Amino acid sequence: MAEIPRPRHPSVVRVTHWLTTLAFFALLVTGVEILISHPRFYWGETGNIATPALFTLPIPTSRATFPNGYSYMLPDQNGWSRYLHFQAAWIAVLTGLLYVGFGFLQGHFRRDLFPASSDLSLRRISRVIAGSLRFKRPSEGEAWSYNVLQRLTYLFVIFVLFPLVIWTGLAMSPAVASAIPGAVTLLGGQQSARTIHFFVSGFLVLFLLVHVLMVCLSGFRNRMRAMITGRATKDMERA
Amino acid sequence: MSKFTRRNLIAAGVVTAAGASGLGVAVKLAKHYGLVPPDAVGLYGAGETLTYAAQRILTRHSMAREFTRSQISTSPFANEVAPLGEGFQRLQAEGFADWRLTVDGMVAHPASFSIAELKSYPCQTQITHLACEEGWSYIAEWRGVPLSHILGLVGVLPQVRYAVYRSFQPDWWESIDMADALHPQTLVTHGMNGGDLPVAFGGPLRLRVPRQLGYKNVKYITHLTLTDSLKTLGKGLGSAAPEAGYAWYAGI
Repeated sequence: MAEIPRPRHPSVVRVTHWLTTLAFFALLVTGVEILISHPRFYWGETGNIATPALFTLPIPTSRATFPNGYSYMLPDQNGWSRYLHFQAAWIAVLTGLLYVGFGFLQGHFRRDLFPASSDLSLRRISRVIAGSLRFKRPSEGEAWSYNVLQRLTYLFVIFVLFPLVIWTGLAMSPAVASAIPGAVTLLGGQQSARTIHFFVSGFLVLFLLVHVLMVCLSGFRNRMRAMITGRATKDMERA
Repeated sequence: MSKFTRRNLIAAGVVTAAGASGLGVAVKLAKHYGLVPPDAVGLYGAGETLTYAAQRILTRHSMAREFTRSQISTSPFANEVAPLGEGFQRLQAEGFADWRLTVDGMVAHPASFSIAELKSYPCQTQITHLACEEGWSYIAEWRGVPLSHILGLVGVLPQVRYAVYRSFQPDWWESIDMADALHPQTLVTHGMNGGDLPVAFGGPLRLRVPRQLGYKNVKYITHLTLTDSLKTLGKGLGSAAPEAGYAWYAGI
């Protein structure tokens, strides 16, 4: 019997990747819909249109309580947006737990994401950055793995941005705040939590854009096939 | 690439069967312990049930954060309400002397309370946060009678599971489970920041449920009904919020 080659991405990684994609898209659309009912941000515990803002997004809104100077209103869809936002958040959190559990138990993090200590020098990292900026195509060996910059970025998204967006989201809940008050005060208050939630979401969108751009630049069809079926390309198999 | 071997198929079947029966048991348990919200129907029922069940388990007895006097918002925001009409203005002109809070349903002694009677009961003040689902918020000092005190006076029957409350404004009605109804910070509120509760903020009477969002804190309450089921009220979704597309449970 011929040896079955190791898939480019393990099946758990592929399934959780697409579940997260779905949940993230739902969270993003509904998050924007919720945001446009009050596109004004504050720092501290409280904030409303009678108090000074940290900053205001110069966009039309969906609510009469916050006219924002435009002659028209955006559609107000907060009801189902909130239902879907929280349902998608559950999917994202449960999928994330499955992924992180798998990542530690099956050695995915150790094998694929934790950078080798020899790679963690400024010289190596700057060489990878320089290569990326010149859109240098990865070597065959690298196509089977991630370079140090990719590893650090994925780790940052998985262990910093996602936990932070979940934490700040929960900190906005009055019931969660009653059970775990420290989770709110540590952030500086519920309005601070909302503001941080907005910025972390922005960073996640930035990651998504760069991620999709890199996939397109390094061969959209091959990368998509690797993440859907697990099969790498002929070129990558030869490596 | 992995193959569909017989072993893999059997393993997948076992996992699916275990998952499905596990889910079945979880739903049965959730129903038994009252962890399924009344609007757990349709597309978002699963997420809503997870949220409500998780927060009920985590927050049944937790206390809403209380703040210091210096943290009271100097500029609280009174959300707009629909015009209150002539009937309300007549009551207001007489200083709400004829305002009544009627309590009925599954209680031993149905009763009706005037504002003066409510003010004569043990008073509680709390400095708590009120947040609107839109995203804005303020902190105020609220004064009133704990709802649990009123429920003690009328004698709630043991099978009661929900408290339904109605506003003077037609079509504005909400309900909460007994964890919130009996919670020590749930307040039949008649005062704010040292004075009577202003009309713009829900005066003469507003129900403060500080562990839930603003829209559960109904202004101008006139009617409180204790019940064991929300199925026969309105569209059977629990309150006006889900009928308008919003979650019944607003702890998040």
